Amino acid sequence: MNLLLLVLVLPAAGFLIALALPRSSPASSRYWALGISLVTFIASLALIGWFDRSLAGDQFTVDRLWISSPEIRFHIAADGVSVWLVLLSTFLTPICVLISWNSIQNRAKEFYAFLLLLECGLVGVFLAQDLFLFYVFWEVSLVPMYFLIGIWGHERRIYAAVKFFLYTMAGSVLMLAAIIYLYNRAGTFGYAAILDQLSSGRLAFTPYEQMLLFLAFFVAFAIKVPLFPLHTWLPDAHVEAPTAGSVMLASVMLKMGTFGILHYALPLFPSAARRCAPWIAVLAIIGIIYGALVAMVQPNMKKLVAYSSVSHLGFVVLGIFSFTQLGLDGAVYQMLNHGITTGALFVLVGLMYERRHSLAIEDYGGVATAAPWLSTVFLITTLASIGLPLLNNFVGEFLVLQGTALANFKWAIWAALGVILSACYMLWMYQRVFYGELKEAVRSHLPDLNLREWAVVVPLIAMMVWMGVYSKSFLDPVGKTTARVLEQTQVHVGERVDLRMPLRTEVSRAR
Amino acid sequence: MPASPLFNPADLIRFLPEIILTAMGTLIMVLDPLLDRRESKVYGTLSLAALAAAIVAAAYAYSWPGPAFGGMLIVDGFATFFRVLVLGVGILTILPSFSFLKRQQAETSEFHALLLFSIAGQSIMAAANDLIIIFIGLEISSIASYILAGYLRDDKRANEAALKYFLLGSFATGFFLYGVALIYGETGSINLSVVRGVVAGPGAPWPVMVGLAASLMFVGLAFKVSASPFQIWAPDVYQGAPTPVSAFLSAGPKAAAFAIFLRIFMTAFAPIGDAWAPLVWASALLSMTIGNFAALLQTNVKRMLAYSSIAHAGYVMVALAARSEIGTAAVMFYLAAYACMNVGAFAVVSYLSGKEERYQSIDDFAGLAQKQPFIAAMLSIFLLSLIGVPLTGGFFGKFYIFKAALESHLVWLTVLGLLNSAVAAYYYLRLLVMMYFREPGDAASSAEPLTPAFSAALILPAIGTLFLGIFPGWVLDFAGRSASLVK
Repeated sequence: MNLLLLVLVLPAAGFLIALALPRSSPASSRYWALGISLVTFIASLALIGWFDRSLAGDQFTVDRLWISSPEIRFHIAADGVSVWLVLLSTFLTPICVLISWNSIQNRAKEFYAFLLLLECGLVGVFLAQDLFLFYVFWEVSLVPMYFLIGIWGHERRIYAAVKFFLYTMAGSVLMLAAIIYLYNRAGTFGYAAILDQLSSGRLAFTPYEQMLLFLAFFVAFAIKVPLFPLHTWLPDAHVEAPTAGSVMLASVMLKMGTFGILHYALPLFPSAARRCAPWIAVLAIIGIIYGALVAMVQPNMKKLVAYSSVSHLGFVVLGIFSFTQLGLDGAVYQMLNHGITTGALFVLVGLMYERRHSLAIEDYGGVATAAPWLSTVFLITTLASIGLPLLNNFVGEFLVLQGTALANFKWAIWAALGVILSACYMLWMYQRVFYGELKEAVRSHLPDLNLREWAVVVPLIAMMVWMGVYSKSFLDPVGKTTARVLEQTQVHVGERVDLRMPLRTEVSRAR
Repeated sequence: MPASPLFNPADLIRFLPEIILTAMGTLIMVLDPLLDRRESKVYGTLSLAALAAAIVAAAYAYSWPGPAFGGMLIVDGFATFFRVLVLGVGILTILPSFSFLKRQQAETSEFHALLLFSIAGQSIMAAANDLIIIFIGLEISSIASYILAGYLRDDKRANEAALKYFLLGSFATGFFLYGVALIYGETGSINLSVVRGVVAGPGAPWPVMVGLAASLMFVGLAFKVSASPFQIWAPDVYQGAPTPVSAFLSAGPKAAAFAIFLRIFMTAFAPIGDAWAPLVWASALLSMTIGNFAALLQTNVKRMLAYSSIAHAGYVMVALAARSEIGTAAVMFYLAAYACMNVGAFAVVSYLSGKEERYQSIDDFAGLAQKQPFIAAMLSIFLLSLIGVPLTGGFFGKFYIFKAALESHLVWLTVLGLLNSAVAAYYYLRLLVMMYFREPGDAASSAEPLTPAFSAALILPAIGTLFLGIFPGWVLDFAGRSASLVK
């Protein structure tokens, strides 16, 4: 059996079997979810092992006919970017199972079933090579997250869940219209075939057409990223979701948007993308600074981390729309980094919530005395998040800024401001929560990490260090694929860019 | 054409489904005074057997395709598809009625006889190829439905529903009949193919008269499918009628009405398509928008589903506006998916509503997932399909419709329709929120145990919904092959 198919099918089978497990024994669901998610993780590790790093193209292809008329194929494959995002999803799922071990008691069976379904949907989004299949996974991943937030979330969970669903749905119906339009023009949903037709000139769009199609795709992705000003669902969803939901949402689901931009929006509609690039870059920079400023004044730790996501994802979008190899590499790396670091932050905040039953910063103080190991782990994660050298975010932010500077130096200056601000809000939060006077409520409620929690945080910390120290092991395959994306983008740009927007000289030099 | 059309045995085979239904309906009425009234299950079982036999007969008749009774009826893939569809809807209506009728202490024999007659009428509509036969089918179907809507005769709301449905429905049929009369006057024929030939051919009648006839028929049919601006009756009728009847009305007569809509407008009036297309376009947009936005405001589930069915009629009108064979196939597929999901959703409502249909508010669904996880899961499938989430029939239905619309360059209608379906997600989600995110209330706790017939009434449409969502090719291929109506 194809390894890629296995990684996709295991969580789906896990979901179906989890549904059949007895409701009366939550432990059986827990162990089943942990077991199947670990097996999936191991399978995806093998995927990395057998991944041929010297190739830029798709690997582990599975291509079967699903529906004959109109022809829709079950076509999945991995490239140098998606393989890491799949690994990120399968890496975080067992972690999510472990952090929910005690905190999810109510309807545990359904919880773990939805978590596995979510994993399947996410993996499918990254692997689909057929636009229709992509859309199917895109929507399917929405349903389990809706239930995760709505059933197991905090007080305003229903509002947050419905808002999340409607925002995403509104964006994705436009994408569906664009996908059908593409099909009617190209006669196929196969992504590679469409790109082939575009590059050979058999399929060409007028600038107006291309702009509308690009916007239809881009808005769907931008809502998911989320790009300022489409971000307002995110703080609600993150804060109200249970810890596992926040982790999956922040670490993997947001990447669906940036992955979509990189993998679909740019190669399909290069000249429209380029024409919009200045506007999108400005929105990304506003997002970076606005997210950081709003994070700074949050009294609620989870909300602070949520707004920091808006800021960090702004870097990713900025890197992509710099149209430079460095910027794209940095953006992809930052997608992975954000997944690890922000995931870890949500995990740690969740652990503190389990102990103290509060997310308000003012309810803490002096935690470093009560729980020194927890504080140490939190500090490392904080430093990673603000981009300290030797930890992962530094590499990604540096690449993004360098790539952006090549494209437009002013953008890089403004974006760099976001790095400084992130240090402000994270360290200020750390200071208020972990130092200062040890409150009585904190002393009696905050035991240090237990064995299960160590099992959750150690892999995360290890990844932060590894990705910060030896980024080469990740960036090689990424670079091959981003180079291909740029190539696809530039080829078409060369044909049409002469009319409206001259190529920036810096960009040409960077290539 | 056979020399002696009346006694051609093949004609009888082609008419067999209707013969079976009518015979069984009559038999039930004869049996009623003979049998003990408490033997309620007999009639239901007999009706189920008749419907199953009629499905087999419809499939058998398809192996003898062709016109019957001198071209008044036609048995082709299109007719067979809609025959099986309305017969299937009949089965799905009868299965939940067992416990419903028992709970309301209603008489069962007339209910089943009327249902069979109504379905026979729809089956005739599906196979009709002649304006008079279409009219007869429409009337048989409608008159039985008027009575069914008021079947609980001590219930004020049901009476109101029946009266409203009857009065407005008669007007609509009247409009339709005016259209038929005009066409006969202008073209000298009531056979659709002949009319088409005259309208398209040299020496065509004055286009204004044909256009007027087409608009009059449009009014009548738009009423029957509850498309705007002729949808006003639907919410009151669906809310007031007994719930299994509402389920039936929202699927069976609607599917049959769409069948004749396609049959008439895609054959006889196809040559003047440019003239009527804007009407359908506007009606589609209005139905989707009015249906969805009004549904947002409802607190009664049946009323909400009524508005949602107006919106879904709008989606189907989008495919009609496409005026292509792909559009016709999309209509067929969508109606099949819609029948599964909507009848299923109504079945859950009828299960939960309790004696005298007390529990019909959205709030009554609170906590259903905790008390009745199976029912909640079934309703979730139907609702997700109504929203149009992938891997359900509703999604593929919408997909094929909007694909057909885009192929006919209806870009704005497609965009507005898809945005509409995002709005619609909100009110379906409200039910999901109630079932899964709230604590149980009275209705969820007091629901009675499931009977096997009722479980079947939920599982069959759920299987149908998922089957159409995961393996749509089979049904779509059949629809695609049968979509060319011009012979």
